[in-house]
Amino acid sequence: MAHQKLSLYQSMVLILVAVCAPLGNTCLAKGMTSLPELTLAHPLALFAAAFTPWVALGIALLIGFFASYLTALSWADLSYVMLATAWGNVVVVLLAHFCLHEPVSFQRWLGVVLITLGVGFVAPGPSRTIQTAIHDSAPLAEKGASQ
Amino acid sequence: MNLTSLPVLSAGFWASTAMLAAVVLSSTAGEVLTAAAMKSIGDLDEIRAHSGLKGAIVAILTCPLFFAGVFFMAVAFFALLFTLNHLNLGLVGPATASLSVITNAVAAKLFLKENVDRRRWTSAVLICIGVYFLAH
Repeated sequence: MAHQKLSLYQSMVLILVAVCAPLGNTCLAKGMTSLPELTLAHPLALFAAAFTPWVALGIALLIGFFASYLTALSWADLSYVMLATAWGNVVVVLLAHFCLHEPVSFQRWLGVVLITLGVGFVAPGPSRTIQTAIHDSAPLAEKGASQ
Repeated sequence: MNLTSLPVLSAGFWASTAMLAAVVLSSTAGEVLTAAAMKSIGDLDEIRAHSGLKGAIVAILTCPLFFAGVFFMAVAFFALLFTLNHLNLGLVGPATASLSVITNAVAAKLFLKENVDRRRWTSAVLICIGVYFLAH
């Protein structure tokens, strides 16, 4: 079954994918840049970094991203999900400008316009261009329910 | 021009390139493998409607491709943490985001046999340039 048009629920899933990823990465960046420089000689320090507050918040947001991302990939192409959720970068800029009152240069506004145009190009198109294994999902589901 | 004198390339040009390439390639491998897994499983919403959340979770956790994808995503995650510790977010974010758009589109066409048509390529190029401008 090919999904040509997205339902409201599916659009909400894509919004979650778009918003959680950039916010999660921003939290990770804030957390990691506040730590002392890490080297490959001490790989365990990377694991310890995961328990600092900003990195932990970033990880929580990325878990939300991953759950919605898996759901989206089950009914849409990778190339569709990747492009349709690119406006998450735009959301970060808009939040920074309107909520944090950070200045946004002309070039960044140009980037916002180009990304919006790019998403506008792909979003109305088909979300799935290849056949899925829907017919296989019932046995898998029964297998899951029986365990 | 001495590239290592640039603030964003304090780790050195080739070291910076290697770190960014590691993030992009491992991320692309993870996303393609995960997408292949989800395609083989089928629509999660239908599975959940048929056998509940537990059935959907078990369907995912019994798919070997999913774990291969998660492995590469984990590699990409720690490569990102390591890279962010050496390079500015202003470079790492846009570079990995814009390059991933292209590598994912190519990988989706080559390995997942998706129909990446003119509409999607146009969108990919616009988004790639847009992300580049966002960084400046």
